[in-house]
Amino acid sequence: MSGIFEYDFMILGLIAAVFVGLAAPVVGTFIVQRRLALLGDGIGHVALTGVALGFLTGAAPVLTAVIVATLGAVAIEVVRARGRTSGDVALALLFYGGIAGGVLLIYLAPGKSNSTLTSYLFGSIATVAAEDVWVIGILAVAVLAVVAIFGRELFVLCQDEEVARASGLPVRFLSLLIAVTAALTVVIAMRVVGLLLVSALMVVPVATSQQIMRSFRGTMALATALGVVATVGGLTSAFYINVPPGSAIVLIALAGFVLSLGIGRFIRRSRTWEPTP
Amino acid sequence: MTAAFTMTGGEVTLDGRPILRGVDLSVEDGEFVVVLGANGSGKSTLVRALLGLVPLSGGSVLLYGRPPARFRDWRRVGYVPQRLSVGGGVPATVREVVSSGRIARQSRFRRTSAADRQAVADALDAVGLADRGADPVNALSGGQQQRVLIARALAGEPDVFVMDEPTAGVDADSQRLLAGTLAELRERGKTVILVAHELGPLEPLITRAIVLRDGRVAHDGAPPVSTMAGVGAGAAPGHEHVHPHAHAHTGPLSGWPDVIGSRSSVGEARAAGEA
Repeated sequence: MSGIFEYDFMILGLIAAVFVGLAAPVVGTFIVQRRLALLGDGIGHVALTGVALGFLTGAAPVLTAVIVATLGAVAIEVVRARGRTSGDVALALLFYGGIAGGVLLIYLAPGKSNSTLTSYLFGSIATVAAEDVWVIGILAVAVLAVVAIFGRELFVLCQDEEVARASGLPVRFLSLLIAVTAALTVVIAMRVVGLLLVSALMVVPVATSQQIMRSFRGTMALATALGVVATVGGLTSAFYINVPPGSAIVLIALAGFVLSLGIGRFIRRSRTWEPTP
Repeated sequence: MTAAFTMTGGEVTLDGRPILRGVDLSVEDGEFVVVLGANGSGKSTLVRALLGLVPLSGGSVLLYGRPPARFRDWRRVGYVPQRLSVGGGVPATVREVVSSGRIARQSRFRRTSAADRQAVADALDAVGLADRGADPVNALSGGQQQRVLIARALAGEPDVFVMDEPTAGVDADSQRLLAGTLAELRERGKTVILVAHELGPLEPLITRAIVLRDGRVAHDGAPPVSTMAGVGAGAAPGHEHVHPHAHAHTGPLSGWPDVIGSRSSVGEARAAGEA
């Protein structure tokens, strides 16, 4: 059996996987806390339009995906904040618009078809180039920096928006910040797991972690560790047993969740918090 | 001295339904005000409008002399919402939630300081949760969660506390503890506005009661019994219920509307006896 590190594309892929495994659950923790678990999915669908736009205009698909996904994230935040439509309906609208727009634009692009989109829908980590890894790395660092700098404020916002406002926090700015950070995360994860599975990396490690941890900080830390285990483990196993990396990553993450249900139950039983009056 | 809150002709309309219909109100520093009223009378909306959390459809509100949108000194304000929103269920410890009350005093790039930690420890201590700091908040009872929310406001060391039904669904022990905490705030000259459904052990602390009915101020002044009749035998603590159905009857007690049913009847009997 040949070693995984003998192939440059696998080394690049693994580096990208680590970045994505770190960034996605960090953003995911805030998104899950805000009850916007499907935000990543909504943005992912919109990003597909961005990818197709790139092919149509001859621009780099990653770049157009960043722009369109960011605009979509801002749009959903505005709709949510205005309160005209509930968050989930706003997300649903994005789902439909994003896919329909992507398929339409790719049809118009010369020499391209739906199969062009497939590698973006399901990921194609084996084709990640060195410059892609740079882009993924820079965006991942930006995402982590946002959380490091604004984490305290984002925590208050995600706990209770009115309390955030009554604490003088820039609620609108912070809400947009989360949405845009989520959009960036979607685009960097797009090459690794694909747009249809991006959100799994933002949500599943957090869902797993919250079965076990007691603190917000701890939940985020464990979720990040789980994210890296899933992306690196999924990519490695995909290499050795020849399955699609995106689905291997997500299935490993889901297996972790199932395992955590049992562990969580065991922990709660052995660490009974004193019965509350 | 500028008033902590001034509302002039305050009107709030939510989904086309008028909730507040012209409220004039001024709260000075150091007052301990309770907002009473039946369900749907606009109590909660009133205090949230005072903070600018609910937009006014008419009139104006000033927070230390400035409209909420242009108010900058939010460290002076501690808001205690009606309940802890646990959101998407990402766990958070009691200490994490209480520490977040320091947010208005923390700048973005500064690490948690010794003063922050001390304020959080004091706040936890004040609500009797010093030993629960590491527990996840959703493992606590409703009353304890309410105390966490109050501790979060305390941790910010504000001058004015705005509390939305801090006693709702709170067990008797927590109510007594809360009353003790509030008594200390009053001694330290803090301003408190709280919405309440029933007064319970808070009663002796109150300097002023505002009763809302259908979005209007039906009474503003001395609290019901403690000044008028003293805490009489008929008004045993824990039995003062605000009547959910306010009737138009006004007792002989100079305009005190019969919103607080059991109270007025006690007062009435007393007044009759004195006459």
